[in-house]
Amino acid sequence: MSEAKPTLYEQLGGEAAVNAAVDIFYRKVLSDFRINRFFDNSDIEKQAAKQKAFLTMAFGGPNNYTGTDMRTAHARFVKMGLNDSHFDAVMEHLSGTLRELKVPEELVAQVAAIAESTRSDVLGK
Amino acid sequence: MTSRHITLDEQVTVCHEGETVLDALLREGRDVPYSCRQGACQSCMMRSLEGMPTEDSQKGLKNVLCKQNYFLACLCFPSQDMVVALSHQADFFTEATVVSKVLLNQETLLLTIQCKDALDYYAGQFVNLKRSDGLMRSYSIANSKVHTHKLTFHIRRLAGGRFSEWVHQELNIGDNISVSDPQGLCFYLPDNQEQNMLLIGTGSGLAPLAGIIEEALEQGHTGQIHLYHGSREMDGLYWLDEMQALQQNYENFHYTPCVSRGDSPEGVATGRANDVAMAALPDLKGWRVFLCGHPDMVNQTKTQAYLNGASLKDIYSDAFHVASSSLE
Repeated sequence: MSEAKPTLYEQLGGEAAVNAAVDIFYRKVLSDFRINRFFDNSDIEKQAAKQKAFLTMAFGGPNNYTGTDMRTAHARFVKMGLNDSHFDAVMEHLSGTLRELKVPEELVAQVAAIAESTRSDVLGK
Repeated sequence: MTSRHITLDEQVTVCHEGETVLDALLREGRDVPYSCRQGACQSCMMRSLEGMPTEDSQKGLKNVLCKQNYFLACLCFPSQDMVVALSHQADFFTEATVVSKVLLNQETLLLTIQCKDALDYYAGQFVNLKRSDGLMRSYSIANSKVHTHKLTFHIRRLAGGRFSEWVHQELNIGDNISVSDPQGLCFYLPDNQEQNMLLIGTGSGLAPLAGIIEEALEQGHTGQIHLYHGSREMDGLYWLDEMQALQQNYENFHYTPCVSRGDSPEGVATGRANDVAMAALPDLKGWRVFLCGHPDMVNQTKTQAYLNGASLKDIYSDAFHVASSSLE
């Protein structure tokens, strides 16, 4: 058997890394006055599960991401005024989280690129 | 060649060597939820009723789930035959007899029942109590695990509540009532006994918390244990003397009763229990948190406890939803 090059998900540390990241990432998001109004009234455990699914996807891990789901899920927030500035804030927290976890810059960039690819779906463009 | 038998809803599926429980069930066309198939999404979580799940298949699950033999079907290469269920099925009832009824305050009754069979439960879990005509409501067990046959409940009388009115007015000592298998994930496990614990309850949310505290103290929990019990007014609180006595007996137990309306007497804090607690304990990093009672309080405080530093895996909660048919 030939040794395959480790995937991005494996290089980041798989599920354990996602768990560590969710805890930091979601705390940053909820503490940020620019964006936390979009998270009012939601059950934090259900939310954290969604954040975990999102981070797993951004980490290049197993997912069943579909742009349509992302659009539907965010449509009501777009009506509430969700725009590029909010998306940027989330991206900032994502990179901040990875740096806090001492993830090498080249991997941070790869994760950011995957997350960035959801922008038009999230913002309903 | 080792194959194992997996029984789901009384139908047996053979799980071949090298196959996961999920693979086998899907190959046979069984209708089970799943998504990532790699242990990330947890949508294929099931519970084993017989046969221990493998350690690998419980990776990433909350400890209370592991203890109850929940596992991820997509990660489980079974090491023995298993009987599994998709979710917890609470169809098992045991008979019990009412042994005492004592009023704790104007609206809350301490109901004690003696079960025919010993119940295997964790302090903080709830059961469904069922009247002979089938009317059923969920109530938290208010005592620790030592009394396996005797269970206590705090039954708050709700205006127009069919079940609670019946318990208060018509159920007599010596009468029978059915009790379901214990359920719920808001309970105390005696691991990590140095961990500090914060417990916040409103109204009869004190019931599971009192059980958890009793259990933790009996098990020799060494971390600090802070209880905040809140109600709108003084007459909604109860067990003040009992909790104060407990505080005198255990150095690591701290009790703060709270009322959110009007003035409070000495020794009682003014404000909502969750606000009082969060202001007093701004740093919850490493703490274990239990929240029981009003759904809005539970929901908001979960977020606040997390923002104050508690890990989501360390937050256990039980929101008391009022059965809508109570209001009919």
